[in-house]
Amino acid sequence: MSSTTSSTEIEVRIPTILRPYTKGEKLVTAEASDLRGLIAALDAKFTGLGERLLENNELRRFINIYINDEDVRFMGSLAATLKAGDSVTILPAVAGGCK
Amino acid sequence: MTLRIRADIVAKILEQSRAEYPDECCGVILGPEGSDSAVELKQMINAAHSPTFYEFDSKDLLALYRELDEKSKEIVVVYHSHTETQAYPSRTDIAYASEPNAHYVLVSTRKEIAPETEFRSYRIIDGEVTEEPVEIIATSS
Repeated sequence: MSSTTSSTEIEVRIPTILRPYTKGEKLVTAEASDLRGLIAALDAKFTGLGERLLENNELRRFINIYINDEDVRFMGSLAATLKAGDSVTILPAVAGGCK
Repeated sequence: MTLRIRADIVAKILEQSRAEYPDECCGVILGPEGSDSAVELKQMINAAHSPTFYEFDSKDLLALYRELDEKSKEIVVVYHSHTETQAYPSRTDIAYASEPNAHYVLVSTRKEIAPETEFRSYRIIDGEVTEEPVEIIATSS
């Protein structure tokens, strides 16, 4: 990234299945300037949460993360930048199949 | 726990599973938050368009959860079809089951049992599958 951005507090929506990590909280906050930093900050606050979101340092295939209304996969994934007022939503994919 | 579901909703899901054959079909049934009452059918697009896999489109998924939040609803049922295998959760289904409070409904459209169709419901919690009875409520139309 060309410029340095300072961390800002970001609101994060946590899905039901991950709420055991946040003591049942649906809405949490963490400070970061990009998604990778946000996940690290969340994991520092809520131990184990990072592992549920990342695998081999990449976003897990069946975890969707949105910044405002946009899927981060279309915004550079973990490199997606965050700015003041952004709202992040984490949603596990609804998926399955016969195999 | 028993899943109670209206006959007209069951009929629509079966119809969808046949219409989308050979691909798997999928969707949810919503109800008021905390009610465990499956009243509002929402057929979803299988973004995988596959006979062996289903996945909600990522934009549809966000829109769905926004609606739940705004209107204080919950996902009571998550359903999908298996086109050639029995209506029992596969390893994939179990691995991706992420709504511990939902009833997971499986419909099978496999030919050897046609025109009968299996419609079965399960709880999938922490990788553990428990089948539950389905009570179909007659609806007059």
